[in-house]
Amino acid sequence: MATIADSIKTHTKLEHADQRAVLTGTHFMNGDAAACEGALAAGARFAAGYPITPSTEIVERFASRAPQVGGLFIQMEDELAASITLQGMVWAGQKSFTSTSGPGFSLMMEHIGYAAMTETPCVFFNVQRGGPSTGLPTLPAQGDMMQARFGSHGDYSLIALVPNSPQECFWLAVKAFNLAEQFRVPVMVMMDECVGHMTEKVVIPKAEEIEIFPRRAPSKPPGEFLAYGEIGEDLVPEMASAGEGYKIYVTGMTHDKRGYPLGNAEAQRILVGRQFEKLRRAEAELTLIDEDHMDDADVAVVSYGITSRVAERAIQLARAKGIKVGRMRLQGVWPFPEKRFREVAQRIKAFVAPELNMGQVVLEVERCAGGHCRTIALPHAGGTVHRPLDILAAIEKGAQA
Amino acid sequence: MSTLTEIGVHNPVEDFLRMERIPSIWCPGCGIGTTVNSFVHALIKTHTDMKKLVMVSGIGCSGRVGGYIGTDHFHTTHGRAIPFATGLSLANTELNVVVYSGDGDLVSIGGNHLIHAARRNVNLLVICVNNMIYAMTGGQAAATTPAASMSSTTPYGAFEPDINIPQLVDAAGAVYVARWTAFHVKQLETSMAEALKKKGFRFIEVVTPCPTLYQRRNNMGDGLAAMKDYKDRSKIRNGAGTHEVAMLPGEQIIVGKFVDRERQDYLTLMRSRLGANFQEWVDAPPQVEHEEGEGCGEC
Repeated sequence: MATIADSIKTHTKLEHADQRAVLTGTHFMNGDAAACEGALAAGARFAAGYPITPSTEIVERFASRAPQVGGLFIQMEDELAASITLQGMVWAGQKSFTSTSGPGFSLMMEHIGYAAMTETPCVFFNVQRGGPSTGLPTLPAQGDMMQARFGSHGDYSLIALVPNSPQECFWLAVKAFNLAEQFRVPVMVMMDECVGHMTEKVVIPKAEEIEIFPRRAPSKPPGEFLAYGEIGEDLVPEMASAGEGYKIYVTGMTHDKRGYPLGNAEAQRILVGRQFEKLRRAEAELTLIDEDHMDDADVAVVSYGITSRVAERAIQLARAKGIKVGRMRLQGVWPFPEKRFREVAQRIKAFVAPELNMGQVVLEVERCAGGHCRTIALPHAGGTVHRPLDILAAIEKGAQA
Repeated sequence: MSTLTEIGVHNPVEDFLRMERIPSIWCPGCGIGTTVNSFVHALIKTHTDMKKLVMVSGIGCSGRVGGYIGTDHFHTTHGRAIPFATGLSLANTELNVVVYSGDGDLVSIGGNHLIHAARRNVNLLVICVNNMIYAMTGGQAAATTPAASMSSTTPYGAFEPDINIPQLVDAAGAVYVARWTAFHVKQLETSMAEALKKKGFRFIEVVTPCPTLYQRRNNMGDGLAAMKDYKDRSKIRNGAGTHEVAMLPGEQIIVGKFVDRERQDYLTLMRSRLGANFQEWVDAPPQVEHEEGEGCGEC
């Protein structure tokens, strides 16, 4: 995975994590705990949440850790509240997040849209469980992938990352906060129950080895600064916080460069257009795919989260049989890395896409394949993981195509 | 027609408003602007630092107040002004956070947050403009619409009683609870000034006329008629038990300061309970860089 420093083209100077909040060392912890440590390392000191299985451990740990580093966790009365309380914390000048699962994620949808519209940099951890409705509270699924992208009403774009181990929960949590600040978008960290609850070795480096993208600051004094008008080549506006004297006006309504509501089609075109374009322009650096053996592959296995670890066994078995199969493990699902998939589709026989849902990300894979190669879906209703042999059978089918 | 400015009279309230956004969206006879006038006078009276004042609102006619005041303003989602304000208040203790919104926003869709914010006692002043109707959307019944009132969604009169808001927030633990009408501009200003100076969760209800969408459908006349009605029907009873202040159609409107008590606010309580376990976060001191060959003598 490219480091942030490789790809950042803004003038923002990267900082290092503050050692007082970084739990440097080698640990044995679960994905939820690692995600919490990643948030702390990234600079989050404040969080709001509402308990729900299987994500609760993230904020339980944060409730214990935060006061030791000058912050706090507040448990709100519901997810509607939690998902906007954290945005108040962000506009107060802090980095903040919430975590949730299942029905809680549904309740947060309106405020993901608010974060997108107001360009509030913030992070939502969703440890996915079986659904719909109450579904399977303690068992894994990956059924919220499309909801993460399209769940709030209206048109918006955001970033979603998908870790497949506790170690990666730590790193992608750090990256989520950095990307949120860099692009001023809500960032989803789409874990699943297996990844959240599995306990593995997690190495947390020294603070100076962790790069932090700081909050964008106004380059102009109050009176001259436009809350949504100081925009560079990356199309991301500078950001003032409450209490700094900028008299900022922040609204979920369509607004002009001052942030004032402006209800017409032209204002909508300019605002929503820029909000889409800022992520579209960054497609290369937001293409986060862990690839292996893709140079001569006939078949590419596309997977993410816990499913990618089951798929890895199937890939090993297929290679042992002499099948040219490669790995495309998604670490970032949204925006979908369209360009890379279109390239690959030109020269392989098939994509095989197992996921713990009835077919969500595979729709994007098939769209990008554009008929140049086959796309084989491996739907699964969740509750457990795929059997490697089922994925192997799909790989064999794809190789014959 | 000459304006006040043209004839050389300066309205001090203008200095606190975003005058480029005036005129407001509000209808003739609406009471919201009257409450804003009292609020700005309370800001002047209390020498409130405008740099640290943050106005938070939800959706609705009253949710537009913050956008006319010359300070940081967050126009949030419907019903969720209080949790947003809670985040602001907790994450930056220097901020003076005021939630200014309507009855539909704060009490109907946002009612749960109102209860829990009062219970939690985070430092917030909540000003609830109660015009007894969902006005922005065209006059539908709210949880605050008096029983039997006509509205666009209760064409046979409302079958539900309205909620007694002061009693609700009192029971939940608010440290300051007052109610005035748009007729009581000076008393409202005094209450707002008192509440601005206090910590914890403070709540002021202001009963205001909506001539366009409430008065009209209920044959209550225009804004001026409402003022006469408030004058006739209101009775000032400071310290009244909030269980006695429910508003019933045609009966007395009990106004006054009902609750003014002390209780540790959320952050003060948290810090006192955590003691040494709370580690104040101060920015790391700048690292001293020694020039080459100029050691500190100890290493």
